[in-house]
Amino acid sequence: MKAYLSRRYHFSASHRLHTDAYDEAKNAAVFGKCNNPHGHGHNYTVQVTLSGQVDAETGMVCNLADLDGFAQTNVLDYFEHTNLNTLECFRDTVSTTENLSVEIYRIFQGFTAAHLERVHVEETSNNSFDYAGGSMPAAGSI
Amino acid sequence: MIFLTRKAEFSSAHFYWNDSWSAEENERVFGRCANRNGHGHNYTLEVTVSGNVDPTTGFVVDLKELKDILEREVVSVYDHRHLNLEVPEFRTAIPTTENIAIAIWQRLDDKIPNAKLHRVRVYEMPDLFADYYGER
Repeated sequence: MKAYLSRRYHFSASHRLHTDAYDEAKNAAVFGKCNNPHGHGHNYTVQVTLSGQVDAETGMVCNLADLDGFAQTNVLDYFEHTNLNTLECFRDTVSTTENLSVEIYRIFQGFTAAHLERVHVEETSNNSFDYAGGSMPAAGSI
Repeated sequence: MIFLTRKAEFSSAHFYWNDSWSAEENERVFGRCANRNGHGHNYTLEVTVSGNVDPTTGFVVDLKELKDILEREVVSVYDHRHLNLEVPEFRTAIPTTENIAIAIWQRLDDKIPNAKLHRVRVYEMPDLFADYYGER
């Protein structure tokens, strides 16, 4: 039987929404207070959903310890207490949570024990973003 | 078509153990969850049903009736129980969150009048949950 497993992880990071494609006035107009040159930060929540047949021997879609280990090494250790704008993945793109969702989806594609369905990222308790693949940019290009 | 979701809560003990494996294998795969003395969680159940809004009542289902069904079929059986030892379906199936979601689906399927069971979501804790949509 096919079931869906969702796990939530948390990290805190800073960022600044800014693009070199705009001048200072347009950055301020488009990104508002998110364009503050000194940056600001959020407590992010990442919710990853995986699917698969429930293994008859373990009762699991995938082993949670394996998923947690993967998330710790590849997601949390990478983003925790960083300035997102300094990371390679945001060298050429704005560190919006839309782009962050796509990057985290790309990372979780490396976890092969179950099928990756969706990544849901909450920037604050009032803002959240979902990415379920599709129009997938090449790795490293986002 | 409207989707309606009702929550319920239950608190239960469980452990993970596959009788066909050695103790070492169980501990390797299931870690702390293999402690045979059990441990427990406050589970949150979300049951989503779909259906058309009755033009007279404005309801998809009668919420009180749905609440009573969840109480009778699930909460009264699972709450303050040891799932492995006291709930029949977990004498054979390991009471993982995935299997609990499937078992609750099977308990509720065809028991909700005028609506179709759409999804069973079981939170073992706020950061871990499983969904089952009745898929084989």
